[in-house]
Amino acid sequence: MTTTVSATAALALGDDALVLSHRLGEWAGHAPVLEEEVALANIALDLLGQARVLLSTAGDEDELAYLREERAFRNLQLVEQPNGDFAHTIARQLYFSTYQHLLYAGLAATDGPFADLAAKAVKEVAYHRDHAEQWTLRLGDGTETGHERMQRACTALWRFTGEMFQPVDGLDVDLAGMETAWLESVRAVLHRATLTVPEGPRTGAWSAGAGRQGVHTESFGRMLAEMQHLHRSHPGASW
Amino acid sequence: MTNTDWPLWEVFVRSRRGLSHTHAGSLHAPDAEFALRNARDLYTRRGEGVSIWVVPSSAITASSPDEKDPFFEPAADKPYRHPTFYEIPEGVKHL
Repeated sequence: MTTTVSATAALALGDDALVLSHRLGEWAGHAPVLEEEVALANIALDLLGQARVLLSTAGDEDELAYLREERAFRNLQLVEQPNGDFAHTIARQLYFSTYQHLLYAGLAATDGPFADLAAKAVKEVAYHRDHAEQWTLRLGDGTETGHERMQRACTALWRFTGEMFQPVDGLDVDLAGMETAWLESVRAVLHRATLTVPEGPRTGAWSAGAGRQGVHTESFGRMLAEMQHLHRSHPGASW
Repeated sequence: MTNTDWPLWEVFVRSRRGLSHTHAGSLHAPDAEFALRNARDLYTRRGEGVSIWVVPSSAITASSPDEKDPFFEPAADKPYRHPTFYEIPEGVKHL
């Protein structure tokens, strides 16, 4: 750690990891097959580990995770989107992991406050990205149903992707370069998967995204209620 | 959880360089690429391995329990079959 950590940036990245981790955890007991359930749980645990480090640098991790109200969370709206069908989960993961991989690779190359964490996490995230890409290819270029559902998921979540490249205070990365690389990578995967790259601007008056400012979508409140109810009902509960 | 038509794969993990791959277990996967990834998630998450093989279970020919006697119970009175008369040089590991 060579410079002071920006709490704003730590919260943004930490909340992304925490919220997506919880969403993926919701698959436990419900995944299509046991092997995939373990894969999703592993990804969730990787993200939870990142969240713990990041939130601990911003304050007390339990207080931040369990005692904040919805408007105090700074995660992207993308990661709070419900699991939907398996295709939605995979599309969300493809969009996010591609972004997170580029972000951590960028941060690891700096000597900024997140370099240590990013250097460690970038290996985990490379696997998340690969997992999502592999599934996107198989669902998109597989059966007719798979193709249809994967296309629907990619299109539905497209409007949440512009928000990823908004500047975050204290996050010193080349966002414009990241956005170009992200678009190039996601386009290539969707093409290979015989899917149509969704059209329309990803940022603009009607596109989604103010999660970094604390504005969240409808399903997020319900998710938080579930995530926080144990700690709120039994403060300080431990194993 | 529902059953799928995914084929069964046998997983072999090499725990360290210099050792051979050993059978770790089996899993279901739609294809070899995913079998490898699932194997990574199921069998190597705690740093157990440096290399993984996956083999379709259907490609394995196994001995039958009925053949147990002719296969595995050779006469025990032929000591020359057992390499017990050699001295193992010092410093040779994994022998």
